[in-house]
Amino acid sequence: MKLVAKLSLVLALFSLLIAAPVAGQADDLSGQLEIFSWWAGDEGPALEALIALYSSLYPNVEVINATVTGGSGVNAKAVLKTRMLGGTPPDSFQVHAGQELIGTWVKAERMEDLTFLYEEEGWMDAFPQDLIGLLGTEDGIWSVPVNIHRSNIMWYNPAKLEEWGVEAPTTWAEFLEIAPTLQEKGVLPLSLAANWTANHLWESVALGALGPEKWNALWAGELAWTSPEVVAAWDLFGQILQYTNEDAAGLSWQQATDMVVDGRAAFNVMGDWAAGYMATTLGLEPGTGFGWVASPDTGGEFMFLADSFGLPLGSPNRDNAIAWLKVLGSKEGSDAFNPLKGSISARLDSDMSLYNAYSQSAAADFGSNVIVGSLAHGVTANEGFMNDFATVMEMFLASRDAQQAAMAAQAIAIQNGIGQ
Amino acid sequence: MASISKDRWLAIATLMPSIILIGIFVYGFIGNTFYVSMTDWNEEQALSFDPEINYTGLENYRYLFSDSLSPEVQEMLAQMQETMGDDFPDDISMFTDPLGTRFRQDMVNAVFYSVLLLAGAVGLGMFLAILLDRRPRGIGILRTVFLYPMALSFIVTGTIWNWLLAPQGLNQLPTAVGLDPIQFDWLSSRDQILTFNWQRLLPVLLYILAAVLIVWGLMRLRRKGAKALYHLLLPGVVIGASTWLFGGFLPDVLMMEEPHGFNLATLGIIMAAVWQYSGYTMALYLAGFHGISLDIAEAAKLDGAGPFGYYRHVAIPMLKPITISAVIILSHISLKMFDLIYAMTGWDTATTGHPALNMFTTSFRANNFAKGAAIAVVLFLLAAMFIIPYLVSSYRKKKGVA
Repeated sequence: MKLVAKLSLVLALFSLLIAAPVAGQADDLSGQLEIFSWWAGDEGPALEALIALYSSLYPNVEVINATVTGGSGVNAKAVLKTRMLGGTPPDSFQVHAGQELIGTWVKAERMEDLTFLYEEEGWMDAFPQDLIGLLGTEDGIWSVPVNIHRSNIMWYNPAKLEEWGVEAPTTWAEFLEIAPTLQEKGVLPLSLAANWTANHLWESVALGALGPEKWNALWAGELAWTSPEVVAAWDLFGQILQYTNEDAAGLSWQQATDMVVDGRAAFNVMGDWAAGYMATTLGLEPGTGFGWVASPDTGGEFMFLADSFGLPLGSPNRDNAIAWLKVLGSKEGSDAFNPLKGSISARLDSDMSLYNAYSQSAAADFGSNVIVGSLAHGVTANEGFMNDFATVMEMFLASRDAQQAAMAAQAIAIQNGIGQ
Repeated sequence: MASISKDRWLAIATLMPSIILIGIFVYGFIGNTFYVSMTDWNEEQALSFDPEINYTGLENYRYLFSDSLSPEVQEMLAQMQETMGDDFPDDISMFTDPLGTRFRQDMVNAVFYSVLLLAGAVGLGMFLAILLDRRPRGIGILRTVFLYPMALSFIVTGTIWNWLLAPQGLNQLPTAVGLDPIQFDWLSSRDQILTFNWQRLLPVLLYILAAVLIVWGLMRLRRKGAKALYHLLLPGVVIGASTWLFGGFLPDVLMMEEPHGFNLATLGIIMAAVWQYSGYTMALYLAGFHGISLDIAEAAKLDGAGPFGYYRHVAIPMLKPITISAVIILSHISLKMFDLIYAMTGWDTATTGHPALNMFTTSFRANNFAKGAAIAVVLFLLAAMFIIPYLVSSYRKKKGVA
């Protein structure tokens, strides 16, 4: 027995000697890392690429990939809430950057300030200043963005537009002008899907009508929802809705995109995951198979949403989680993830040769445009407001009463503490 | 005391674990939900480490059943009015809470979901059972075919029917024989029929009561003559007529006017639910029909009952217990339509909303745990309304036997 013990001791020391140089960079991290996200289906491979990168840097850490599937994380968020309340947080979890994180988790004082990491890693300069402002509060920066999506994009089919003799509108006035002609040709001017895509269209219309400054003022509580500008935005939204499909409520966003691709509809306003869908799933060539412009009246404005990861207080493997966040924010990490996900990197120095034509144009705009946050995807408003806004939207879809919708929105804005 | 037998000890010992577990995990949590629904554990502090939870009485229920905003919100609106001046509406009382309205329409939807699912599934199930009771060829296969949808989960049913009811689905059927496709938007229609003003709920309830009494009276008229006339028919007519004449004097139930009605978009969902559960009621009735002794059927035939008369006067009345249990089971299923609606129209489509979905989004999306708990309690009381009378009646019956 003694011999066995001695032998194994020697073996253990020997293996340590061999392993030491390899693990040198890993600061001897070991144990586990549990990452919580809703990236399973289409986004699964992108997340796997990140985990592979992490594992190659920190081979002794066992990564537990805890995913809870379900569109835009409804189910995952509910599971996360029960885990946090139950006192067993994951080491790091996916969350939409901005108020969806701040209004829920930062307000509850369950997150760690990541400003130190931003300073250590030089991210203060690597990410755009507008973006960092929207990720943080006065008390700190709360998450690391892994990707950037753009919300205010209008998609079309170039060949079909040529056939119909119209051009993609740059203002809503232009759109309202060409819409009747399209209808005469039996083409639906603008395709729409279930409730949340109406919210999505609304934010693009409202940004166009208000402009970035007033859009931000609205979320800072400085502009009333009942002010004439906002009521006018609802009015415009109502006019645009006249040119959308009546069966919208039963459709998924992909079905609305399909309508544009096969020529039943002329335009569709959707975030740029639609580019991923058209390029990857449908196999269309960006630029010729499908075309895009910033949604009308929002040229030079980039309405963003981002998935990010934060560090909950009481994370069981804090060091491993910080290493994970470092990987996410690094150039290598974001360039491993984003080409697969169909999004762009939040960093301004990413290697653009890895990305397709659409992403390259989006990245160029991201570097030069005014950046504002999306409502429908959790940047500008907390979860309570987003939940209630869906009801206000349903009310408007049924009544088309701009004044009533504006007043209802004002009421829920106060109830949910927007701008306080 | 000493006479507790060994048998009884054994019984207590075996039952104890499940009694304790059910006590904690069912009744304990029901009690906790009641408690939470009377606190202010809402968004402000929902997820903080040690939330300061205060008892607020029925505040969350007030929020569900009125559309006036809380005093704090009204105060903030008044402040905004001062600072913003002309841009702000003059009358603050014009601001209302859109979420209460949504909840009340959800409740109205739930009533229609329950009533129509019951009528549809019991009616269709009974009809299928009668057909199969005539012993057609291939009864074994048919029985399985009709029962099979029950084996699917609501999510699967919902997804299939969502596809069927899309504009490119069932609506195109008539084109196969050269007709125009159906134009109805099954799941996205925003039309509402049978609209009533929520404020006038009292007359509406009285009308329903009158209608029930009259129909019941008419049904009993032949057999019970005078009794039915005086106890059911006459009061029904009097209530109906006086509501019609003097209804204007009845007090308003609530302060605000609010139209609610039957949303046509729910039809598609009800169809799917009926499709799934009529096979189940069919199986219940079929078992019942098979249980009726041949002597009775023969006797009915000898007395000159045709097939219709046999079912109308002999078989179906004999299966009253089966009808009652089908109604109880289906009515509580109708309160749990969560998955079906979620699969067919998602969280946010207000026209097909249901309090159960509303409870989930209120609690777990908007972090209003107390308000969500209040919705859950309302649902719980609704379910109790169906189940308690059943329990009481079956308990009485047992006592009578013993």
